[in-house]
Amino acid sequence: MGRKLLLHNQNVPGINTLEVYRTHGGYASVEKALKTMTPDQVTEEVKKSGLRGRGGAGFPTGMKWSFLAKPEGVPRYLVCNADESEPGTFKDRWLMEKIPHALIEGMITSSYALGARLSYIYIRGEYFYVARILENAIKEAYAAGWLGKNILGTDYSLDLSVQVGAGAYICGEETALLESLEGKRGNPRIKPPFPAVAGLWGCPTVVNNVETIAAVVPIVNEGGEAYAKIGVGKSTGTKLISASGHINNPGVYEIELGVPVEEFIFSNEYCGGIRNGKKLKAVVAGGSSVPILPTDLILKTAKGEPRLMTYESLSDGGFQTGTMLGSGGFIVMDEDTSIVKNLYTFARFYHHESCGQCSPCREGTGWMEKILHKILSGKGTLQDVDLLWDIQSKIEGKTICPLGEAAAWPVAAAIRHFRSEFEAYVKNPASIKDVHHYYRLHNLAEA
Amino acid sequence: MGAQVHGVQKFDKEKRQAIQFSEKAMEEIKEIISHYPDGKQKSAVIPVLHIAQAENNGWLSAEVMDKVAELLKIKSIEVFEVASFYSMFNLKPVGKCVLEVCRTSSCWLCGAEDVVRHIEKKLGIKDGETTKDGMFTLKTVECLGSCGTAPMLQCGASYHENLTIEKVDALIDKYRSEGRSRFYTDKDYQNTL
Amino acid sequence: MPKVTIDGHEIEVPKGTTILQAARMIGPHVAPPTMCYYSKLKTSGGYCRTCLVKVTKGSAQNPNPMPKPVASCRTEVMDGMEVQNNTSPDLLEARRGVVEFLLINHPLDCPVCDQAGECHLQDLGYQNGAQKTRYEFKRREFEKIDIGKYVQLHMTRCILCYRCVKTCEQITDNRVHGVVHRGDAAEISTYIQNAIENDFSGNVIDVCPVGALTDKTFRFKSRVWYTKPMDAHRKCENSKCSGKVRLWFKGEQVLRVTARKDQWGEVEDFICNTCRFDKKKKSDWEIEGPSPISHHSVISANHYTSLNQAKIDTLKHQRALGFIPMKKLDDK
Repeated sequence: MGRKLLLHNQNVPGINTLEVYRTHGGYASVEKALKTMTPDQVTEEVKKSGLRGRGGAGFPTGMKWSFLAKPEGVPRYLVCNADESEPGTFKDRWLMEKIPHALIEGMITSSYALGARLSYIYIRGEYFYVARILENAIKEAYAAGWLGKNILGTDYSLDLSVQVGAGAYICGEETALLESLEGKRGNPRIKPPFPAVAGLWGCPTVVNNVETIAAVVPIVNEGGEAYAKIGVGKSTGTKLISASGHINNPGVYEIELGVPVEEFIFSNEYCGGIRNGKKLKAVVAGGSSVPILPTDLILKTAKGEPRLMTYESLSDGGFQTGTMLGSGGFIVMDEDTSIVKNLYTFARFYHHESCGQCSPCREGTGWMEKILHKILSGKGTLQDVDLLWDIQSKIEGKTICPLGEAAAWPVAAAIRHFRSEFEAYVKNPASIKDVHHYYRLHNLAEA
Repeated sequence: MGAQVHGVQKFDKEKRQAIQFSEKAMEEIKEIISHYPDGKQKSAVIPVLHIAQAENNGWLSAEVMDKVAELLKIKSIEVFEVASFYSMFNLKPVGKCVLEVCRTSSCWLCGAEDVVRHIEKKLGIKDGETTKDGMFTLKTVECLGSCGTAPMLQCGASYHENLTIEKVDALIDKYRSEGRSRFYTDKDYQNTL
Repeated sequence: MPKVTIDGHEIEVPKGTTILQAARMIGPHVAPPTMCYYSKLKTSGGYCRTCLVKVTKGSAQNPNPMPKPVASCRTEVMDGMEVQNNTSPDLLEARRGVVEFLLINHPLDCPVCDQAGECHLQDLGYQNGAQKTRYEFKRREFEKIDIGKYVQLHMTRCILCYRCVKTCEQITDNRVHGVVHRGDAAEISTYIQNAIENDFSGNVIDVCPVGALTDKTFRFKSRVWYTKPMDAHRKCENSKCSGKVRLWFKGEQVLRVTARKDQWGEVEDFICNTCRFDKKKKSDWEIEGPSPISHHSVISANHYTSLNQAKIDTLKHQRALGFIPMKKLDDK
């Protein structure tokens, strides 16, 4: 069993309340930071920990914090990105729902480190009930003096509130999130300037993922070095993995970075193997936008080494033979899965979620969806497969924000690794009918 | 999508005059505005639109958006720009219970299409339509962050996960017998796993 | 002052200059095309992606190339930066991709579009477009909406450059329209059938790079290349308006009034609605002379052979703006 730093208390009854959370060591990091450390010392510990952004990009958190501009007389903000919307990812919801105070504690400690006096948790609108849970926890924290004026009798004061979104994947992109928090359309901003210089209302801002902020708690409590000892190489600490698809035990798992992928899929401690005794066909390892990999490449790298659950190992081989850890949205597909149909659901998703600001994404995502729909309708041609490839290459790297890449990569990877399946669909359209696309729910009267 | 809005919606001055949010809603709106620094009340537009939508039977009319603009001291077009961007805001009337079935990857892998087809058949409506009695609207949506408990649907604030056909039937029967509207802002959410 | 090299041309520019501005200083043969950037509108640019360039060397200090093409209109030059525009085949391929994206849902209704002949999308398509479309699906359609008596909106032609939104926000006294909905359903709209009719709103027609916003008072009156543009001015009562305009004549009749546009197709001064829509008599204006029109433009065809009177002024005007003057005018 690996160490757990975030979810170790998830099964304690009443852990969602401040009282129980506190008796299990909650808010110790706030006490330690505010009473015994300067803000810079907290940042220093985060740097030492090697913590990397858990939202998907994996950028070193300590470095992101140190970029924050600190001009005199200008407020600074910390905004938590709880707009978890990447298909396959549900770890933040899990954490916030089960242990809301873990996030609030992290927000206080991190806000102190950054010198923020007003912080926000921006949560996706669909998680309205989770926002209620957080709001209640914040009320408890205010009542107990963990938030508000002069926390713990120090001269540090912090206000924290929750802002709900209203259904837009793009608001997970940090500048789109800030636009949305300012009450505008979730259109990503053109960078530079980066939020560290001009973020919320033009002021220096750090935007961090829920899990990243929660991880600051154990880092401050136990020290950055202790945290850095967990994991492998530059992939330090623990990571929440959202496991879904055709596995026996879907759910959120906290793993020490470095667990072999094979163990993660097949061990009973984690996914528990493939449902109904089927064989593994493919895995999307880090949320819908990372490249899909077939069985041989997800279990072993092209060099034949076992693939590990780390940033480096998963991306070993680049996009030719590798993928990314991303947000940790681990979607497993069995031997009967139609890769083309799965890709279609992704393409439809990105088409639906494109903000429409820049031309390649606005026009390209819809085009790709239409072509995939045509192929699935049995009307595709070999040229369509090539066209699909060409379109994704013309979106990738040409857009304002990474949604362009997120839409292009899954298409490229599906064609790269499963081209024969696309060809089978266009050469023998009749075969599409017989493809067992997904598990049928029982008691359904007709096919 | 909403391109029809222009045609459907006409701004009615009388209706606009008649719009009044409940006292509870106005209090909540005041509380939300207090979360932002002075002069930044525009930030409240999304949470306030959620409240406004719940006050207006689950959808945002031109008059309601105009009211929100007045409350936040911003231009009506600024409210319309935002309201039309986000998928949770309905710019056309909907049923009392909007059944939002997720259909992206993991949910699809686990049978979301069966759920949709079953609801369509059971209620006699297609995706995007509302039952004649105004009770249900079926809406297919993209990933709601419930991939590990797929398939799932959201109705108002509640998540209904690990769906089976029986569970869907039971849910629809329950909602129909209770007969009330469900909104995202409901505080008495009842998730089922 | 930072030095930047674009397609092999070195230039020294003031700090804060964007790659696009630097390229324009070098000249039209180096400047990337723009569909959404507008030098007179703050925060414009970055959306259309036609001005993407390849930065092969970031700066003298950090010589690494930038990993992706960048929007030249929104990227400031660094000292020692090296940029490729027309000299990079990959970049030109990427640009053709962007142009294709802009065209897949465009109705290509140039034969009935008032913008034809002065449309930037036509020029862009001519320079970078493919001969044949690869898009075989139904093109996007929108419900028609009326945005007032002056401006005609054809949403199907819109490329969502946001110029008109920024114009109304920055130039007029009240913005009543904006971009609504999202993704490929995004569209320009007013707040539920409102009219765009405030003092400077007619400028949205001039800033629109395509035929999405056209002048209702000129609708179907003439193809632009059958009209003769003359620069003129009047003393305008509106203190914000310079009264310097371009009149588009057919015979002695003024069919249309627009702002004067520079070499890059951008207006020189924004003009008020009174000058644009209400002063359609020749006697309302002091005529200065024929407008400088690029000899590449279809509008310049066959117009100026007998206009000796204005010849010298026009030449000066053209040279000042950096146009290559028309051959006919050149032989004195």
